[in-house]
Amino acid sequence: MNHDVYSDAYIRDILTNHRTIAMVGASPNTSRPSYFAMKYLKAKGFCVIPVNPGQAGKEILGEKVYASLADIVEKVDIVDIFRGSEAAVAITREAIRIAAHVVWMQIGVRNDEAARLAEAAGLQVVMNRCPKIEYGRLSGELSWAGVNSRRLSSKRPLLGVKGVQHRVLASGRD
Amino acid sequence: MIADRKPGFNTLAIHAGAQPDPATGARATPIYQTTSFVFDDVEHAAALFNLETFGNIYTRITNPTQAVLEERVAALEGGTAGLAVASGHASQMLVFHTLLEPGDEFVSARQLYGGSINQFTHSFKKCGWTVRFADTTDADSFRAALTPKTKAIFVESIANPGGIITDIAAVAAVAKEAGVPLIVDNTLATPYLIRPIEHGADIIVHSLTKFLGGHGNSIGGAIVDCGTFDWLKSGRYPTLSAPTASYHGITFAETFGNFAFAIACRVLSLRDLGPAISPFNAFLILTGIETLPLRMQRHCDNALAVATWLSRHPKVAWVNYAGLADNKYHALAKRYCPQGAGAVFTFGLKGGYEAGIALVSNVKLFSHLANIGDTRSLIIHPASTTHRQLTDEQRMRAGAGDEVVRLSIGLEDVDDIIADLDQALAAA
Ligand SMILES: Cc1ncc(COP(=O)(O)O)c(C=O)c1O
Repeated sequence: MNHDVYSDAYIRDILTNHRTIAMVGASPNTSRPSYFAMKYLKAKGFCVIPVNPGQAGKEILGEKVYASLADIVEKVDIVDIFRGSEAAVAITREAIRIAAHVVWMQIGVRNDEAARLAEAAGLQVVMNRCPKIEYGRLSGELSWAGVNSRRLSSKRPLLGVKGVQHRVLASGRD
Repeated sequence: MIADRKPGFNTLAIHAGAQPDPATGARATPIYQTTSFVFDDVEHAAALFNLETFGNIYTRITNPTQAVLEERVAALEGGTAGLAVASGHASQMLVFHTLLEPGDEFVSARQLYGGSINQFTHSFKKCGWTVRFADTTDADSFRAALTPKTKAIFVESIANPGGIITDIAAVAAVAKEAGVPLIVDNTLATPYLIRPIEHGADIIVHSLTKFLGGHGNSIGGAIVDCGTFDWLKSGRYPTLSAPTASYHGITFAETFGNFAFAIACRVLSLRDLGPAISPFNAFLILTGIETLPLRMQRHCDNALAVATWLSRHPKVAWVNYAGLADNKYHALAKRYCPQGAGAVFTFGLKGGYEAGIALVSNVKLFSHLANIGDTRSLIIHPASTTHRQLTDEQRMRAGAGDEVVRLSIGLEDVDDIIADLDQALAAA
């Protein structure tokens, strides 16, 4: 698969078919991008489980932090890698071991070797993207900030149940 | 996985950024004429103020009508994000406010809209920013003006009023060497004619007042972040690459990646300096943009016909329109804007200053006023108006000498445009 471009449908399917995200490299520092992403994804209804050996046993945004993917009790759908590209192979091996469905590497993180491993094991792969930005881009929320969503639609955006400033994604809907 | 189809320019001009209204289904973009937006709850409010989520708080910073305009312009330019503001001048102010610290310098083409020369030379001095001017027709002159304090390079793609086409790629190469962003004012070309991002621009500014709005009814400006400049790697732009005190220490380039510049312009410079666009103006400009490709082509076609006619007129000393085959900038025009060289150009009257004054007094269809990019044909004598605050030398170098008349060719029947100039020249 070409990892330079992803179709909107590919990303939307990943974000609408899965609910549990293990965030490797989640930070308790409230000004870090991983904290922003975790908070946003939780608000969109995802169950986000932080993984960070240095914070193990503590809580981030009310969620228990695990030392490794293998320690997580819940079934993990998406492994979101908030670590350097060089760490991606080892994390991907763990993701395969816990039978995750998707390996997702953050903006700036790309490791083609890890992608090959994941795909060979039947996992879907996204690299060099942020799930928060992709969710906001596809739902139309990011357009409120003037961001070019590179997406045209003659359908109404879907409003979430939480409030008017809350848009959501639905499977198969532009 | 099927790749997404890339829509064409005409389609983007109509659709980019605009989905039907989620609350009412309204298909045209509604005018959200409100100062503020209710929060869903206390947590939502906090998340918005912390920039942790996207949404609207207050129309000085974001507004849904404005947002459609921003995404539309960003999409037409091929950038990562846009910001719409009160005027073209406001867009320039916000761009430099985000990039520069007191004591910094930037290099600008000297062939600029006269108001920009004033803004850069005088008002920016009060912020401690120094402009050094270079010649837009000579990329080496930008290199020569660089100093260790240079933080940006600024050019107009098609320079106002001279009808000069800038070799954007050549200036972009100088900016790359110097490790500074290239800012291109694309007002006269619009993205229909030139997309500066394809030639190495990092930031684009617009006066939406002109061809993008296109109907002479609204002042507005826009900034487009091309997403091409690596602020973290450079480290010379603390607003982007250092923790921001007024947002709990977040680092914009880290948090917002390749649209960090647009976000910083909005949530820092626009928030604090305040030149917001009115939702009503945003709506009018958006409506204008829907027909940009059609209008721009007609503007260019009419301009070429008028320039050709003028170039044969006995009272006309010279015509500077890059669309004419014998023009100095014709080769650059063919390379940068093959669909047309824009609709603003100057010509010289053999009768000098007096003849210029007489011509603008005698026209009946042309409007004598200080604007460009209207459906209507416009005329001005820069020496006695837009450029009169400049020194003689500055005026000459900006292409606004005594004998110079500037036209902005409109969308009327071209025969009527020519007939008006014919009668006015006869009487001049
Ligand atoms: C090339 C150019 N840039 C900027 C401006 C300033 O725009 P505004 O009048 O919208 O502030 C103008 C206005 O004439 C212009 O022609």
